[in-house]
Amino acid sequence: MKSAFANRVSVLCLASAVVLGGCAMGGNPKDPIEGYNRAMFSVNEGLDKALIKPVALGYDAVLPRPVQTGVVNVFSNVADVPTAINNLLQGKPAQAFSDGGRFLINSTLGLLGIFDVASQMGLEKHEEDFGQTFGRWGIGEGAYVVLPFFGPRTARDSAGLVVDIYADPIAQIEDVPSRNSLAALRIVSKRAELLKADKVVEEAALDKYSYIRDAYLQHRRSEVYDGNPPKRVDD
Amino acid sequence: MKFFAVLLAAASLLLPPGAQAQDATAPDALVKKVTTDVLDIIRKDKDIQAGSTKQAVDLIEKKVLPHFNFAHMTALAMGKEWRQTNPAQQKVLTEEFHTLLVRTYSNALTAYKNQTVEFKPLQVQPGDTDVTVRTQINQPGGKPLTLDYSMEKLPQGWKVYDVVVAGVSLVTNYRESFSTEVRNGGVDGLIKTLQAKNGSAQDAAASKK
Repeated sequence: MKSAFANRVSVLCLASAVVLGGCAMGGNPKDPIEGYNRAMFSVNEGLDKALIKPVALGYDAVLPRPVQTGVVNVFSNVADVPTAINNLLQGKPAQAFSDGGRFLINSTLGLLGIFDVASQMGLEKHEEDFGQTFGRWGIGEGAYVVLPFFGPRTARDSAGLVVDIYADPIAQIEDVPSRNSLAALRIVSKRAELLKADKVVEEAALDKYSYIRDAYLQHRRSEVYDGNPPKRVDD
Repeated sequence: MKFFAVLLAAASLLLPPGAQAQDATAPDALVKKVTTDVLDIIRKDKDIQAGSTKQAVDLIEKKVLPHFNFAHMTALAMGKEWRQTNPAQQKVLTEEFHTLLVRTYSNALTAYKNQTVEFKPLQVQPGDTDVTVRTQINQPGGKPLTLDYSMEKLPQGWKVYDVVVAGVSLVTNYRESFSTEVRNGGVDGLIKTLQAKNGSAQDAAASKK
């Protein structure tokens, strides 16, 4: 004979177990919170469709290609600074030195980053972030997580994202309106770059959510090892 | 003397007419030639640059896909489930996967924007039958994209059985999707999904013209 309170607690526990268990019962060991992830993925898709993509389409239609490339280059140049820092933290001083060199050359000869002169001079572009640094330090990737707005990450890369935002040169700008405008411009520019990829993903994917998830996980593993991931034993 | 003549006759039977050149082409030379040819054509073709996939599809079917081993790619993408399929299913799966990849690839080609391709050197030992040919796509304002071809040596020449873009293996990515579909609806369920996807895209393309 259970008390009414105990009954309510039992029902609550059962409900939670069903909800959480339902998510875990998806059966994918690589995606333990698949239920939540799919829901958030839909939310992000909705946000993209309603707001971000239309702005990016307008931006792409209005701005001439060379100007778009210039914008991409400016933000890419800014990103070379945290990339250099991460390369140092990962014990890759040669790459860090190259990134520093890129930043100096492109900021001066490349007119504040508008022209990517450094690549033409043979200084290859790298992309590093704190998620990759943590990975290099041996921290496992953790569960796949779809973040609101930011999209696909792993648990480790979500932690990395927090540090990325903190270390972001744009975030250091004191004037709030300028900082926000630049951050917004960067988002639109990045989205515009991905417009052509939309169609490819739509055509290629049987299930867009899992296609993006699996591509993201593969790509990140490759990135942590700079293109030479150790052979995985799967199946 | 007679023995030599017999050997010669036997050797000539082994070589299918007109294919001698294919057998001799090294995998990296093959990748370089096809890539260069395709890029040359795209640069000159205004329709493709404007987004027309029809020309891109023709180009891919003629120039690129003859060098792919679709049967092997499909088998790899199916993974363990390949053993549960019968020859009829295997044939349909291979065809549908072929169509899916053609459409995907053609969309990617229409996104070409004057990127340049670098071909990495490859050391092929005489006995090698499985190599990875590495190329790199350079694009403005971004890190170079690695594009690697896993190739195997067959009697007809070197054929591609996997493409890895920026660390993402095509075969591995589809393996996940395929196994989910098979888990939900069996191999026939997967076939239906592929056919629906390929069919609906063709209808959409037809209605646009």
